[in-house]
Amino acid sequence: MRKLLSRFRYHLLVFFAVIGPGFITANVDNDAGGIYTYSAAGAKYGYLPLWTLLPITLVLIITQEMCSRMGAVTGKGLSDLIREEFGLRMTFLIMTLLVLANLTNVMAEFAGIASSLELFHVSKYISVPLTAIAVWFLVVKGNYASVEKIFLFACTIYVTYIISGFLVKPDWKEAAIYSVKPKLMLEPDYIYMLIGMVGTTIAPWMQFYLQSAVVEKGVTAKEYAKSRIEVIVGCIMTDVVAFFIIVACAGAIYSVAPKDIQTAAEAAQALKPFGQYAFLLFSAGLFNASLFAACILPLSTAYSVCEGLGFEAGLNRPMREAPIFYFLYLLLIVVGAGVVLIPRFPLVQMILLSQVLNGALLPFVLIFMIKLINKPDLMGEWVNPRWFNSVSWVTVVVMIGLTLALVGITLRGMQ
Amino acid sequence: MADNFLFFTELMAMPVFDVKGRRIGRVKDAALVPLVHSSRIDRILMGGGDAWLTIRYDQVRSITLDKGISLSDEKLVPYHDDEYMLRIARDLLDQQIIDVTGRKVVRVTDVTMGIVNDGVRDTLSLMDIDIGVRSIFRRLFQGVLPPRWIRRLQQPIPPNSIRWEFANVVEPDPLRRLRLNISYQKLEDMHPADLADIVEDLSPAEREAIFETIDSEAAADALSEVEDPKMQASILEALEPEKAADIVEEMAPDEAADILSELEAETSEEILDEMDSAPKTEVRELLEFKEDTAGGMMNTEYVALHDNASVTDALAALKGNEDLLEGLNTLFLVDADERLVAAIPLARLFIAAGNAKLKDLASETLIQVNVDEEQDRVTELFDKYNLLTLPVVDEDGKLAGVVTADDIISLLRQK
Repeated sequence: MRKLLSRFRYHLLVFFAVIGPGFITANVDNDAGGIYTYSAAGAKYGYLPLWTLLPITLVLIITQEMCSRMGAVTGKGLSDLIREEFGLRMTFLIMTLLVLANLTNVMAEFAGIASSLELFHVSKYISVPLTAIAVWFLVVKGNYASVEKIFLFACTIYVTYIISGFLVKPDWKEAAIYSVKPKLMLEPDYIYMLIGMVGTTIAPWMQFYLQSAVVEKGVTAKEYAKSRIEVIVGCIMTDVVAFFIIVACAGAIYSVAPKDIQTAAEAAQALKPFGQYAFLLFSAGLFNASLFAACILPLSTAYSVCEGLGFEAGLNRPMREAPIFYFLYLLLIVVGAGVVLIPRFPLVQMILLSQVLNGALLPFVLIFMIKLINKPDLMGEWVNPRWFNSVSWVTVVVMIGLTLALVGITLRGMQ
Repeated sequence: MADNFLFFTELMAMPVFDVKGRRIGRVKDAALVPLVHSSRIDRILMGGGDAWLTIRYDQVRSITLDKGISLSDEKLVPYHDDEYMLRIARDLLDQQIIDVTGRKVVRVTDVTMGIVNDGVRDTLSLMDIDIGVRSIFRRLFQGVLPPRWIRRLQQPIPPNSIRWEFANVVEPDPLRRLRLNISYQKLEDMHPADLADIVEDLSPAEREAIFETIDSEAAADALSEVEDPKMQASILEALEPEKAADIVEEMAPDEAADILSELEAETSEEILDEMDSAPKTEVRELLEFKEDTAGGMMNTEYVALHDNASVTDALAALKGNEDLLEGLNTLFLVDADERLVAAIPLARLFIAAGNAKLKDLASETLIQVNVDEEQDRVTELFDKYNLLTLPVVDEDGKLAGVVTADDIISLLRQK
């Protein structure tokens, strides 16, 4: 009995030891852009789009699981593996795209910080520089373990969306029905919205971040079973949050008068009639999500690039030993935050551009992932089982199709 | 213009001419046969017709950047995968190697070879492993711009290379390691802390390969320096129990106990079973204590004498414990029942006469803790009394072990 108990304790300990990468990555998926997409969907179509969350969760789990498995088994980051298996030129191309896509993503996050704090009457000329400095210090002065704790704490703040969802008192019966009942309308706007929701689910940076984080955490192939649970729970949690965002906007905006909203901050404003708390929680959630992503994106980009191109990287190295790493990190923060402060900067176009860049990059990343995870000399007994492979390929093809469709729509809209 | 060096990027796709000056193919790869010669390019692999052909180094007459490779003997044999070959493009480029002098893990981008003419033929030999921006530039423009242009354009970028003698290839497969004559002897001479840093940067399989091959003493020293207890545990776990036991035996008993307590009970039992009986008992005793008490922190590497001993006796005891000398700064006196009675700072021996009694040299106050004392209290004592070594006694007052300042420093750093 004692032995059994000590075994149980050991497994529990191991589970807590692997927590982090999966939760964080999945939660950051609900960043400023994600919150906007879900809010807009709920504001315009109410509960109808809820059914997409189920397939979205599945797709998220399938892709994230592959990355964390590769990280645990090979002990190498995704950009490391791409470099080793596909050579320098391909790595360079992917890294260039990744830097550009993430730079525009960082802009969107700082824009989210600015607009969420403007709801609290803080000028963006104060909020953006201050948060940019905070981001720099948090990561440069912290180490992986302490930063991870802060990030995990940030994950818990997403609960604000769940509470504000309840405060709005939406129609739960309808929400429950449409969560499982697929509703297709041959209306171009509706289809665009669905594509947008699925298309923003998987961003290329997530795959790089997750895999590196699993490696950094030192998760081994033996502990992987626990890591997998963490990834799955994280993905489900993320989409539960998405569910409440849609429900809140459906209850607050759609039920009153369906409309197109332009920013996530506008959605927060619309919650005001349902009480100060609903509004405050929604706005605080937006601030938290944007700040969280603004911390992770520059860091993950600098890591991936340096890993792939073979430069020294890591927060545990002093600045003179890893100059390119710190340069990239600083560049992303300074440019990302800086443009938000430029009057009349075409920020909306930039955010659309980031979708296009993400879309251009994602097919490469997903196809490389499947090719890598099927290499026996890399993964040994951990290669994809055949059934999982067909599921992954279908997912990848569907995702690529939807992303390219999104790119097409965005490009048409930009003209 | 005759050059005395050639980059591997320039050798790739270089044309090959037969004795009559007809072009017969292009270079696809080149290989060393490390068992024959550690740096000479022994084979050049050429693609022409359907299959690749092998050019032995003694079939070459000249190699120049502008005119390509001219052969002196054109009876070439088809290439078949030869396990004794280390192929540059396949096995070296884009892979990680250990820079022994720079003490870090680097990624190979290009290779610089010397061209040596012995009057009969030109021979290539590996000189430098190129890393950094300059070699990335060459790789990106290889085949796009003429080689001479690339050489000129790269001038402003500072070179970054490692001499081939100081580069250590990492190969997880033991059989291949033998065939390619790869050894890790160079690593054994490194400072254990540097070796630990390197090991932390490698993948699990590569880590295991290094610990499997280097001698147990160097492995033990390096393993103690690995910072993450989880990584230490997973390294031991991956090794054969006999090898793991050899390494654990060489470690300080307190560190050995710490690592073993991280393992699953069965694994640590397996390793303990393989150990020699003397170190095994010590480690087993230490394993009994809770990790966050004085007992869990202490080690048993101390020198104790009976309370009537003289300086001469002390010197004799030190001679008998030469392996402890490096970290020793205090001697202890115990009575007939092994109870601790006094502590003597080692330096006092130097100014005392040979027949002086040790107890007259003792510190005025004897500071000691019980094995159950809490970690925080122990740290406090070190701070308060500026200790280097703190004796730990059991409930009967018998000397059980010592906590040393280095244990406290690692503990504080982990917080």
